Amino acid sequence: MYEHLETAPNRDNLKRVVVDPVSRVEGHGKVSLLLDENNKVQQARLHIVEFRGFERFIQGRPYWELPVLVQRLCGICPVSHHLAAAKAIDQLVGVDPENLPVSADKLRRLLHFGQVLQSHALHFFHLSSPDLLFGFESDIGKRNIIAVLADYPDIGVQGVKMRKYGQEVIRMVSGKRVHGTGAIAGGMNKALSKEERDYLLADIDQIIQWAVDSVALIKKVHCANLPYYDDFATIRSNYLGLVKPDGALELYHGGIRAKNAAGGTITDHFDYCRYNDLIHEEVRSWTYMKFPYLLSLGKEEGWYRVGPLARVNNCDYINTPLAEAARMEFKAHSPEAMVHSTLAFHWARLIELLHCAESIKGLLHDADLLGGELVAHGEKRYEGIGVIEAPRGTLFHHYQVDENDIVTKANLIVSTTSNNMGMNESVRQVAAEYLSGRELTEPLLNNLEVAIRAYDPCLSCATHAVGKMPLQLELIDAGGALIDKLVKHGNGDIERV
Amino acid sequence: MSETKPVLIFGYGNLSRGDDALGPLLLEYLEENAQQVSRFVDILSDFQLQIEHALDLEHRGLVLFVDASVACTNAFDFTELAPARDDSYTTHAMNPAAVLDVYQNIKKQAPPPCFLLSIKGESFELGEGLSVAAARHLAAACTFVEKLLADLDVSVWRQYTNVKI
Repeated sequence: MYEHLETAPNRDNLKRVVVDPVSRVEGHGKVSLLLDENNKVQQARLHIVEFRGFERFIQGRPYWELPVLVQRLCGICPVSHHLAAAKAIDQLVGVDPENLPVSADKLRRLLHFGQVLQSHALHFFHLSSPDLLFGFESDIGKRNIIAVLADYPDIGVQGVKMRKYGQEVIRMVSGKRVHGTGAIAGGMNKALSKEERDYLLADIDQIIQWAVDSVALIKKVHCANLPYYDDFATIRSNYLGLVKPDGALELYHGGIRAKNAAGGTITDHFDYCRYNDLIHEEVRSWTYMKFPYLLSLGKEEGWYRVGPLARVNNCDYINTPLAEAARMEFKAHSPEAMVHSTLAFHWARLIELLHCAESIKGLLHDADLLGGELVAHGEKRYEGIGVIEAPRGTLFHHYQVDENDIVTKANLIVSTTSNNMGMNESVRQVAAEYLSGRELTEPLLNNLEVAIRAYDPCLSCATHAVGKMPLQLELIDAGGALIDKLVKHGNGDIERV
Repeated sequence: MSETKPVLIFGYGNLSRGDDALGPLLLEYLEENAQQVSRFVDILSDFQLQIEHALDLEHRGLVLFVDASVACTNAFDFTELAPARDDSYTTHAMNPAAVLDVYQNIKKQAPPPCFLLSIKGESFELGEGLSVAAARHLAAACTFVEKLLADLDVSVWRQYTNVKI
């Protein structure tokens, strides 16, 4: 692997290149490279430069506020936080997942499928398709959704409409696009009306067809340059995620399965309420983001990847026919038991998008969505743990409350944290294999961002104030002097200063 | 599912991130205080602008985006928007002008008249409330929007653009 590039042995005599912030990812990330006099990469790191005080934000609040409150942690996947928190506070009111009313369980699943569908659509069509369709080193002006709309109008429009459809599923189930209160402790606060059901049914066949087309597109793009796609940013890792009891792909509730790079099982159907016995997190001095690892394998060998690639790799099958056919093609394209290509995240993501669309259709034909018992009750408990497969991977919410129902302790492991080591390894692979020894240019540095974007990282939350996200790239020589600087302003203009 | 009203006010931001709440808070004020809102005006809120919001512009006669901004030189700035190809590709969030451009691309027609009210903010940390200065700017912006709502006429709104406070 490329861990030898985490810390250079003789840092004083190296040039430093910083990509700050990484664009088209959520939040504030920074890549730094240290180069020797021959432009050979000696050190590569992805730093997270914003500290997120999630736990402090949550502690001191009454537990019933959490499903709404935690949505504000992230403007990209608020529903995932909403549902993970809801699963945790179910336990605080004494309701285990198997005791959740059938209608509530299905409504939550519908909500989650809508969330994953819209998130995956945004990532592929808006954030990554410009790289994939135009090439990683293409003109900077081409690398955005508007260029995609101009050159691939059908794809661009489909992306917009699929994203909108997912948002509409969320709105119908939770009552609002954002800050909705669909899930509450022990269940859901409303069923779907027939009018809402029919509204969503009207477009679902079109959405499924577009999802099928998008899988065909990514397969074509990937396989058209297979050696490159299977090598770029590729690393061999362990994989972790939830699966159903029969080993099928699962996004809402299941046991934890972890597999190693050869496809061997590390653990299976592990009860996520005991996640502390499975996963620990390591702190490193140069970044705010922790490095989770599987305790049984240790810090060096136990890091793992989560998200679409992990889930599609780990599951035995997918319980919707079109997505299952796509999964089998996906697995068959690789000679190995596990698909390790980092760019295959995109392919796996679209297989999941198709699964979500098929699953939404199935649920919309289920009468349980339209009524029945919605809330279960039980004996109060003082600790609750909710785990869900968010669009970017496994998301853990863990709360403790006191006699007055106030949260006294909160611990969250967000998906992107689990991919921290994977992203760093991919950055090092690209730095070592594709950048080292070459003259550094903006398109070339985009290669680093492409590697990171494949993970669809969510590095921060929803702050987006205009003018706060410039891109700055500095080249500093071995003596520490600034020799070149590129600045991308808030309006997108690039200036060499 | 619901009737589209001719005027849209779209505020975006995160209520739990300090001054980023300015857009949604202005909407809350309007919902509680502005009588004109219910008949002719749709109010929508989101964390940030995305591609699908282009579809919210359909069948509108007048659109107002409301956002927090550190780049404001005044308590608030009021400008008319034109579709602009957004080369910034910086975040998951889009600029409103880029949303208009998406609309133009997918609908093959010019977007409705759209304006941006940027309210000056300065601090955006998770868990923070509104800063004292931002609260003052919000009050001024609310008064200004009430004036806009009193006359839902694009030519009148244009006269207010680049208002200095």
